[in-house]
Amino acid sequence: MANTGTPLVELRDISIAFGGIKAVDHVSLDLYPGEVVGLLGHNGAGKSTLIKCLSGAYKADSGQILINGKEVEINNPRDARAENIETIYQTLALADNLDAASNLFLGRELVNSMGFVDDSAMEAETRKIMKRLNPNFRKFNVPVSALSGGQRQSVAIARAVYFNAKILIMDEPTAALGPQETQMVSELIQELKAQGLGIFLIEHDIHNVMQLCDRAVVMKNGQRVGTVTVNEVTDEDILGMIIMGKKPPQAV
Amino acid sequence: MTDTPTAPPHAPQISDAQLNPLARFIRATELDTRMLGMVGALLMIWLGFHLYGALSNGAGVFLTPRNLWNLSVQTAVTGIMATGMVLVIITRNIDLSVGSIVGFTGMVMGILQVNILPQYLGLGHPMIWVITAITGLIVGALIGSFHGWLIAYRGIPSFIVTLGGLLVWRGAAFLTADGKTISPVDPTFALLGGGPYGAIGSTGSWIVGILGCIAIVWILMRSRVARRRHDFALRPMWAEVTLGLLACGALIGAVLVVNAYPWPIGIVKTYAAANGLTADPATIFISHGFAIPVLILAAVAIAMTILMTRTRFGRYVFAIGGNPEAAALAGINTRWMTVKIFALMGLLAGLAAVVASARLNSATNALGDLEELYVIASAVVGGTSLAGGVGTIYGAIIGTLVIQSLQTGMVLIGFGDGSYRKIVVGIALVLAVYLDILYRKKIK
Repeated sequence: MANTGTPLVELRDISIAFGGIKAVDHVSLDLYPGEVVGLLGHNGAGKSTLIKCLSGAYKADSGQILINGKEVEINNPRDARAENIETIYQTLALADNLDAASNLFLGRELVNSMGFVDDSAMEAETRKIMKRLNPNFRKFNVPVSALSGGQRQSVAIARAVYFNAKILIMDEPTAALGPQETQMVSELIQELKAQGLGIFLIEHDIHNVMQLCDRAVVMKNGQRVGTVTVNEVTDEDILGMIIMGKKPPQAV
Repeated sequence: MTDTPTAPPHAPQISDAQLNPLARFIRATELDTRMLGMVGALLMIWLGFHLYGALSNGAGVFLTPRNLWNLSVQTAVTGIMATGMVLVIITRNIDLSVGSIVGFTGMVMGILQVNILPQYLGLGHPMIWVITAITGLIVGALIGSFHGWLIAYRGIPSFIVTLGGLLVWRGAAFLTADGKTISPVDPTFALLGGGPYGAIGSTGSWIVGILGCIAIVWILMRSRVARRRHDFALRPMWAEVTLGLLACGALIGAVLVVNAYPWPIGIVKTYAAANGLTADPATIFISHGFAIPVLILAAVAIAMTILMTRTRFGRYVFAIGGNPEAAALAGINTRWMTVKIFALMGLLAGLAAVVASARLNSATNALGDLEELYVIASAVVGGTSLAGGVGTIYGAIIGTLVIQSLQTGMVLIGFGDGSYRKIVVGIALVLAVYLDILYRKKIK
């Protein structure tokens, strides 16, 4: 894929340290519209930390974040949402005691003319989006703690998709899912990509990376090993980058 | 992404024919079975004390207008604070300082209305009670927000902050007037505590009852309209009607009870003399009607229920309790929320201090002593989970009624000694939480 023009997201020279340990060490990467960029690396390589600087969960110690070529300040999750960045966290970040609609709209509740939360309107909207994402989903009036892993995942995904995200961050979206559910997530990623969204995908399964990602960025010990265009390399090349930090000739 | 197809919500999962009438009734009306259980337990406690009194003492005095009216007034102070404690406990915190805040704000208000304001406004000025009450609310809210700030922005556990607060504010209450009791309070202020003059009488109570019934019908109709707009399943009409009749019936029943409790003969004599009534005072029947503190509690309960179920603030309280990290990632400022929740708790403690000192017609530094324990017990008996994330305002009110009924009932059946009351309330607390745990396991 030819990535020309202004990237949708550009992270420049991002660093963040926790108590002297450099979790992310001068990492730069970019993302274009309609592109899926895989973020790979061992546990503790700094993938999730890097991405949390973009989603507003952490604030980078240094570096710049550019959205559509313009530098933005992301100090908290609200700032990230204002830039149409949505995140599906590995933990899903659902309030277990609330129902699907309350979770979907958490922090962005629909209110009526008197300023009161409009539960029926939110439930109706949730039903609409769920019809698209997971037509079998029926449990709208129970706390999400009563849902299966797949159902909970679909609530988290619905939350990210509903608000017209331009940039989607998915942190191991299929880790807790069965094969059939994984397939549905794959299809969704393809569909969102076709709509022109840019997607960061943190993923451990090399097979999924080869299938879903356009480019892959490999991290090790907080640093970027290299970036490859997925269809120019083999899965052995990528594994070599992850395990040994060995950069193949095609990588940049 | 897939799941086994289940029946749509708001609709029976098994057909109605398989259920017994009670289960069918609960399903159709969508009533909270937990609440029904609590109300049932409360009625059993009432009936138990009444029958015990009737059998062993020859006279059941629990289910009399006089006792129920007193019970309603006694419930007010604890109930007002229990509604706030629900929010504190839902967000996985605790507030041990509320009793001491009552003591301190009570003393501040006592000094203000007895020693300070009359100097400037003149004794009995109509603004005294207003300024005093507002000051009490503000002082309570400020103390609460200070606690909240220490908890949220300085990271000190709420247990420690409010345990410190329990000692500090009780000590401060003593120092405000060197341990002296300030009495009597402003006469208008005293009405906020109830008593024959601090009640709204027969006509007023009927007006409250009828307005309440109109509100109940309006709420039921609005909810039906909202469901229809979004094509959700509707409750069957008979269930709507039954719900409306039950709620209105309970309210009208309360009006009848409070109106059946007459002023004592002494008060009637004074009143008759003052108003030039010539009839024999013994033949004059003047109803108490709802006591003002009970109306304050009702207003607080309604406002807090709206806050918790209809506003973003309430939604965030539940979200923080369910998963603090998720709430923060959803853009909720959880620290600021904690400050606001403790400020609200402090404000309600200030309001409770208004009612408590008005009822006592004096301010003492012991006001609200040990009250924090009854407030917490009420919220917990009412179904608020100490694990966080779960609790209701109406539950806390019913919980307060249960605790207060046990205390009153023990006195009425002749176990007035404080030790027995403490034992019974203590057992009831543990038992209620145990039953709640069993119930939650069963519905899972």
